[in-house]
Amino acid sequence: MLFHTPYEIWDAHTHLSGVPGKTPEERLGNLLRYADRLGISRLCVFMGVRWSYEPTPEDFRQQNDDVLRAIAAYPDRAFGFVYLNPKQLDASLEELQRCVAQGPMVGIKLWVAEHCNAPSLDPIVRRAVSLNAVILQHTYLKKTGNLPFESTPMELAELAARHPDATFICAHSGGQWELGIRAIRKTPNVLIDLCGFDPTNGVTEMAVRELGPERIVFGSDAGGRSFASQLAKVLGAQISEDAKRLILAGNLKRVLQPILKAKGIACE
Amino acid sequence: MSELSAQFSKLARRQFLGSMALTGVGAAVACEEAFCGAGVDLPPLVDVNVNLFQWPYRRVSGDQTPILVETLRRHGVRQAWVGSFEALLHRDLGAVNRRLFEECQRFPGGLLVPFGTVNPKLPDWQEELRRIEEQYRMPGVRLFPDHHSYTLDDPDFVELLRLAASRKLIVQIVLMSEDERTVHPIVNVPQIDPKPLLAVVSKLPELRLVLLNPFRVASVSLLAELASAGNVYVDIAGLEGVGGLENLVKVFPAGRVLFGSYFPVFYFESAKLKLIESVLGAEISAGICAGNADRLLGKS
Repeated sequence: MLFHTPYEIWDAHTHLSGVPGKTPEERLGNLLRYADRLGISRLCVFMGVRWSYEPTPEDFRQQNDDVLRAIAAYPDRAFGFVYLNPKQLDASLEELQRCVAQGPMVGIKLWVAEHCNAPSLDPIVRRAVSLNAVILQHTYLKKTGNLPFESTPMELAELAARHPDATFICAHSGGQWELGIRAIRKTPNVLIDLCGFDPTNGVTEMAVRELGPERIVFGSDAGGRSFASQLAKVLGAQISEDAKRLILAGNLKRVLQPILKAKGIACE
Repeated sequence: MSELSAQFSKLARRQFLGSMALTGVGAAVACEEAFCGAGVDLPPLVDVNVNLFQWPYRRVSGDQTPILVETLRRHGVRQAWVGSFEALLHRDLGAVNRRLFEECQRFPGGLLVPFGTVNPKLPDWQEELRRIEEQYRMPGVRLFPDHHSYTLDDPDFVELLRLAASRKLIVQIVLMSEDERTVHPIVNVPQIDPKPLLAVVSKLPELRLVLLNPFRVASVSLLAELASAGNVYVDIAGLEGVGGLENLVKVFPAGRVLFGSYFPVFYFESAKLKLIESVLGAEISAGICAGNADRLLGKS
């Protein structure tokens, strides 16, 4: 590692796409090579080499197989989140069983297959709670128009209010973070991740002010995004050292702790 | 040496210094404190993408010049090419450029190098260009085609490039002020199509053109074509993707890549950490940090 940072850094949001490599293992290895240069010690990885907006069961099984292969090669560096499609509810629940209940994965990733306030998510969330699995939901508010079933932070707040015992991560802070942060402010079981938009000065300061540092996790969205640009949102923020430590690793550790403990995975 | 700097492992420090010692290139660090306290021989940076005054859509740390200057100095910036965010919406660009010039003068040592703005859709824009060169002796201009609503095949814009080149002014074009998905709802800022530049730059061999924040609107292959067609540079503020710089210099001439932060809209650390994320080699790093910009400005 070129640099030794004073912080422990866990990344809540990475992918195998956008990274060179012929196999999932090779891709994760390359991703870790870049992570090492910035002192990032653990990665949460989800979705496979080839993505689809509304994956069929075969699609998401294939993508989850990619992730399972990748994390098996780096068990001490990477955690897997299972990718599901709420429109394929039965198959999604089976996949949750395969990858989380019976497999090594520790969380759920939901992307743009269905609006996240839809009732079809409820059985998935209930099962996630029983497994202590964290749910990371993609959210965006695009001036240019969202995809047909792309979720907003407001929709995630609705879902989270229906399931106060579940833990959600509002991915990308909704893109327009000044709105996204407000949207989830009154839903304490929702954390935000800071990735997937430009390194706009002030985002982390606002999130700390409005949500408290305990509700923010660092994520990069690498390989599509740069670890550097996304890490800058925390390292460059005018917040306390304690807040940085929580955001960079402490909060993700805390929400993953129950499932890691249940699986006998040490995370200190 | 600070407590934090003491946390540098000796091995990491040796690796770092060893890789950079040949040219004095220190690249960057993983946090502000590590930067400043580690005793690493940092490279002096030339940041070609900084703006003074207030971003119209939010207040940010650094939109007051003393804080901006302190931040740049803390990060080892020895020269910053600065435009004015007032130029985005103000139409009295004569006053905007005067304030920019005067603000830069307030901070001695040549840290802030002003780049005034010209809007080729305003009446008598040529007078702005004349003042920028003759009255203020600025080395270049910074253009905001998205906020000023012109395309890059507009004849007035092409004439501006021709006149700027004849006056030996560097031209910086901000190809994207903000991600089009997140701009303020009442602002209709068009996405700029850079393709018309291909035809323009090939006809103006003396033009020195810097594309700021180009990567959301231009593919790297188009940028490489532009660099082949003319004297075209890019900055790294908007560069994304893991290992983005490593990937960029495989297809775009490394000698035309400039360090740019887009501070204070972006966190300054973003651009700097990209120099760590990618392994570039000492010569290329030195060029990106400062050498390419110095050469462009005619200093070396």
